[in-house]
Amino acid sequence: MILVLIDHDRGEIDPLSLRALTAAQKLDQDVQAVVIGGDGAILAGIAGEYGAKVLHVASHSEIGDYTPMASGRALKDLVAKLNPAAVLAAGSPRGNEQLAHLAAFLDIPMAAECSEITLGRPHNVLRARWAGNLIESALVHSQLLVATILSFSTEPQSLGGPVASVVQFEPALEPADSVVKILSRDAGESKGGVSLNDAKVIVSGGRGVGGPDGFGNLEELATLLGGTVGCSRVVTSSGWRPHAEQVGQTGTKVAPDLYIAAGISGAMQHIAGMKNSKTIVVINTDPEAPILRYADYAIIGDLHQVIPALTSAIRVAKG
Amino acid sequence: MDVLVCLKRVPLAGGTLILTPDARDIETKHLGFGISPHEENAVEAGVQLVEQMGGTLTLLTLGPSEAEEQLRSQLAIGATRAVLIETDGQEWDPQGTAAALVDAIKAEETKFDLIIFGAESADSAGYQIHIRMAHALALPIVTNVKSMKVENGRVTCDRVVANGRERYQAPLPAIVTVRDGLNIPRYPSVPGRMQARKKIVDMKKAEVRVPKLEKVTLALAPSKDKSAQILGKGADAVPALVDVLRQIGALR
Amino acid sequence: MSKLPTKAKCVVIGAGIVGNGMVYHLAKLGWKDIVQIDKGPLPNPGGSTGHASNFIFPVDHSKEMTAITAESMRQYREFGTFTQSGGIEVARTPERMQELARRITSAKSWGVEGARILTPAQVKELVPYIDEKIILGGYYQPTVGVVDSLRTGTLMREEAAQMGAAQSFANIEVVDISVANGRVTGVVTDQGTIEADYVVIATGCWSPKLAAMAGAHIPLTPAVHQMKDIGPVPFFAQTKGDIEWPIVRDMDVFMYERQHGTGLEIGSYAHRPILYTPEDIPSNATATLSPTEFAFTQADFDIQDEHSYELMPSIVGDENVREKYACNGILSYTPDGMPILGETPEVKGLWSVAAVWIKEGPGTSKSVAEWMVLGDSHIDLHASNIARFHEHQKAQFHIKSRVNESFNKTYGIVHPLEQYASNRNVRLSPFYELEKELGAVFYETAGWERPFWYESNKNLLAKFGDKVMPRTAEWESRWWSPIINAEHLQMRESAGIVDLSAFTIFDVTGPSALALVQRAALRQMDVAIGRVVYTPVLGPNGGFKSDLTIMRLDTNHFRVVTGGAHGMADKKWFKDLLPEDGSAQISDLTSSYTTIGLWGPKARQIIQSITTNDMNHEAFKFSTCKVIEIGPLRLLASRISYVGDLGWEFYIPIEQGARLWQMLWEAGRAHEMIPVGIGVYGTTGRLEKCYRAYGPELETEYTVIEAGMQSPKLKEADFIGKAAHIKHRSEKPVTMLCTLFVDDHRSSSGEKRYMMGNEPILTLDKQPIIDAHGRRSYVTSAGSAPSLGKHILMSYLPTQLAVAGNKFLVEYLGEHYPCSITEVGATSVFDPSNERIMA
Repeated sequence: MILVLIDHDRGEIDPLSLRALTAAQKLDQDVQAVVIGGDGAILAGIAGEYGAKVLHVASHSEIGDYTPMASGRALKDLVAKLNPAAVLAAGSPRGNEQLAHLAAFLDIPMAAECSEITLGRPHNVLRARWAGNLIESALVHSQLLVATILSFSTEPQSLGGPVASVVQFEPALEPADSVVKILSRDAGESKGGVSLNDAKVIVSGGRGVGGPDGFGNLEELATLLGGTVGCSRVVTSSGWRPHAEQVGQTGTKVAPDLYIAAGISGAMQHIAGMKNSKTIVVINTDPEAPILRYADYAIIGDLHQVIPALTSAIRVAKG
Repeated sequence: MDVLVCLKRVPLAGGTLILTPDARDIETKHLGFGISPHEENAVEAGVQLVEQMGGTLTLLTLGPSEAEEQLRSQLAIGATRAVLIETDGQEWDPQGTAAALVDAIKAEETKFDLIIFGAESADSAGYQIHIRMAHALALPIVTNVKSMKVENGRVTCDRVVANGRERYQAPLPAIVTVRDGLNIPRYPSVPGRMQARKKIVDMKKAEVRVPKLEKVTLALAPSKDKSAQILGKGADAVPALVDVLRQIGALR
Repeated sequence: MSKLPTKAKCVVIGAGIVGNGMVYHLAKLGWKDIVQIDKGPLPNPGGSTGHASNFIFPVDHSKEMTAITAESMRQYREFGTFTQSGGIEVARTPERMQELARRITSAKSWGVEGARILTPAQVKELVPYIDEKIILGGYYQPTVGVVDSLRTGTLMREEAAQMGAAQSFANIEVVDISVANGRVTGVVTDQGTIEADYVVIATGCWSPKLAAMAGAHIPLTPAVHQMKDIGPVPFFAQTKGDIEWPIVRDMDVFMYERQHGTGLEIGSYAHRPILYTPEDIPSNATATLSPTEFAFTQADFDIQDEHSYELMPSIVGDENVREKYACNGILSYTPDGMPILGETPEVKGLWSVAAVWIKEGPGTSKSVAEWMVLGDSHIDLHASNIARFHEHQKAQFHIKSRVNESFNKTYGIVHPLEQYASNRNVRLSPFYELEKELGAVFYETAGWERPFWYESNKNLLAKFGDKVMPRTAEWESRWWSPIINAEHLQMRESAGIVDLSAFTIFDVTGPSALALVQRAALRQMDVAIGRVVYTPVLGPNGGFKSDLTIMRLDTNHFRVVTGGAHGMADKKWFKDLLPEDGSAQISDLTSSYTTIGLWGPKARQIIQSITTNDMNHEAFKFSTCKVIEIGPLRLLASRISYVGDLGWEFYIPIEQGARLWQMLWEAGRAHEMIPVGIGVYGTTGRLEKCYRAYGPELETEYTVIEAGMQSPKLKEADFIGKAAHIKHRSEKPVTMLCTLFVDDHRSSSGEKRYMMGNEPILTLDKQPIIDAHGRRSYVTSAGSAPSLGKHILMSYLPTQLAVAGNKFLVEYLGEHYPCSITEVGATSVFDPSNERIMA
């Protein structure tokens, strides 16, 4: 039997957990799921649809919102009861964290970010390293396999299964387990607070911007696209922009949905920091600029003309 | 306040990685070394805490003797001293690493109020050493922190998630793992470098443990080769770009 | 971009400053159909150009380097990519202050304007952030500047493309260079093959790898230059431009500091030499930064941190000024410090333009392009000629040893006669052990160990007293001994035996041998068998390419004898003249024969005492050679002289050399014969006779007429440079090579000082002297004339000033000394009628 942790945020399922359910199906038809806190009756439908026959629901007065060490304890208790072959979760920050607590409680290994699992003695896994650039083939020497599933490595498959039967249980928490928990939440800072790491859109400028004044246009475009401004090393070393905005090896490595590189020729160290962006658009006067090798789309031209034109075109498009 | 920051020496890889002939490691002959990006924030946080509250900042790493270079660089930023648990250069598995770090911390005279990690290493992405250490040292742990405040014997931390911020609190002593964006890590100054040369780096040995998560081989992930689609020249190409932005969902 | 062509006249590999310069200048000189490729992206393919510090100090002690740098600066200015910042070399030690005075001397000799010495306070005025208390002064060069080498390269490439002469292709890697019958035929790339008549390797630190693909050698090594960028500097907060403050070179600690934007860039040549091989350099894709920007190794820079802190405490010592960037940048270093230019001796049509730094790039490209298109360059490149390397100098061991030794001399004080300590004893004459016993002090040329003087002659010092012209100043006593002058005087009294094993010797044989040597030589070579001819070798423009001796041994057999240092280049020059039909051959006999010289008034008595051949003047005429017998030995004797006394050179198979030496030694005993070093042969003996030497006096820039070496009659046979030479003969020369004496050696402190060469000759009011073609007067050679009790200077002087008795000043280490012309033209100042030689 494979036990899958379904992570949820106040009842809302993390879709990555469904991929973990699908991955579990490949190892064993007998898949059971567990949620920590939350309303089992609501979650049992989707757990069942994706193949879980049983949904275990851990409830405890100390578990309201996310309480990672308590999750580990609950999983440990459940493992003792059910004796599964493996415990899986999504390779998300939360999935990794909660299973790490389980592995630490049991003092057994954990394999994070797995793209393939072969159960055995030892277990064999393929797992991602180096931000997905390397695949490690590893052996896991433990009876129980604790592993998280690499995001996007498996497409979730709805099996159209019946609603999972819900089994409630109360983990035997110790006081230390619930010391760290979410105290409060807020929406975060709206503008100015978008750091490079979090930005979905980055409009980045290089030497071609020509000076600190030129960045006004880039900021306007970034704001319009709900993103933030980045820059290349030459820009920060010329003192045009603060270091925090530097993208690259010596600055921040980013992977936004959209990266617009304006007037950046593409020094190696800059490329290293942005090449994982989902879509890269280049605006450059030089059709041979190295950054073009990494771009999805390019406009050959002067950014001082293209960026203002783009800004007004987007304004029009947005209405 | 006494702070400990744990670091890892990692290669500074370029655009493409190359593997050693035995496919067990990446080829580092041409590469420089540094520490993982988030760890620079961890050291900066430690330096700032000690600047504000007094006390000491100790650095701890497990790695080859060459890791002294990384420790010296961080000592140059303002750490007080460093401890290097020397390995033969082989990678240790997370359980072995955590155990060696725990032993080293227990052997220290200083009782650390706060132990800071970077959220993840650049190379191994195991997501567990800090948690194993929290268990072994019986300390509360908050992970993936983007802002942090120490007050009245407690650390208050914010974690940035998709739809906002979550706030956590833990009594000291505690372990915190931090992310890039927490602060702007400073680079060494020349006087800092000169002072760092005189600071103490304690070299320690630790017993090699049989790995439970045992690396067999490494392989390169298939790469995606891009060839840019030229949308046109100058401002005339803007409508084409707007179409693209619409397609990829950047315009809503 | 169009498709990679399959055919081209010329493929230029590399798109750094040199490759772009080559494309541009070849196009400007009229070549079409040029294809440029680089394995990296444009405009910065990842070579050394991409991380260069880009600043230019225009003065070097080498005339060739200074001329190339001046031409480069002219081009950078023309492209609008030069920013003048001024530059200061500061001195922390008295030795360096003297060296700075020497820099000024070189500046004046090579025509670099504006150089002057500053006091510490004056340095402080120009660079307020310096701690003037730790320096003794500085040398200010206002014309120092910073260039944008990437931009320049792009402009050059674009212009060549606009001329319709060249196409450039990025991201194309060369996998092979094909060669057939000793000629390059094309380039094989990862994206197709290009057939080509010419291939230019302009790939910097990768060059050895490319050359090896064709079976050629470019002996250089990639080496690390460390640099660190710190900032932002509050003091620079208000600077508007990239470059506003003078560049400072802290010479005694081998470092430089320069303002760049709001940062300070600190560079060093002080760290341990860190050498790589081209195979160590990663690809663009796998490099941390760029392929030639290796990770900074802080431990190697620790001391440099302290040194920069000492010089600029207010900036470097500011806790808030932080490292922004640091790297171990890869540069190309060669075993003798000079670039590697020209057609490879191994493969026709394959050209090297390697080990060229930013300050030299455009000028070098222009000169090499001239060489390719016109057959010769305007600036004499002989010290950079790729053909200069002897076989042993291509060995990795040699390259690494010499670069390990010389790397820290990049900013060092290098004496003109300074010897390398590493990889010595590579080529030893058969008499080496005997010479060692005699206390020979060995200097190296072309790998050969040659006695410069013999400590065993020390007893002669007492005999000759002040006639040896003793020196008290450390600088000109370094790498020198009064014993040289004592040996000279003794040779003039009795005789001296000289080891000449370092000669390069090659035979030209076959039915076309005469035609070949006629084509190479200025002098008539269709001479009687047994004649020995000393002849200049001219380039197409009528300037000097070499001077050497040719013996006619038989109708179809000539023996060429030339100096060791330039021997390999001479051999290539002759080889390039070989007919395609195979009717002439060249064979190198350097390692087959050793040469012993015997000169002095008693030379005849000595040799006659051991040979049965008649050595009398009539029987054995000057300028002839013949085989003689000495006991069991048969050897070739050649009656010529480079020292101004009666005597012979003896050529003998190397395995019999020691025996000949011993026999001469025994015979010489009765005649007070002494061993004489190259100090006499190359300097004192030669200078007294006003013999010109290739390099110092004889070079591309000067004509036979100006050197005073024209023969009364011009030979009929064609030779290289003939048309130009005929034109030169018909014109009145604008300058004449003169011999001068120093009239007063006393410096302001009363110490006698002796010039070493390359000092400027000035008018009595200290103005530079410039001839009608813009060439400055400077000392081409300097040295003692012990027989005359004089210190001799040779210099070209404008014809109107070239009058015996005319007085001038020579500037030496910041002071001026009176000198006057004693001879205009080639007439010897010692024994002008050559009675001693013709005795």
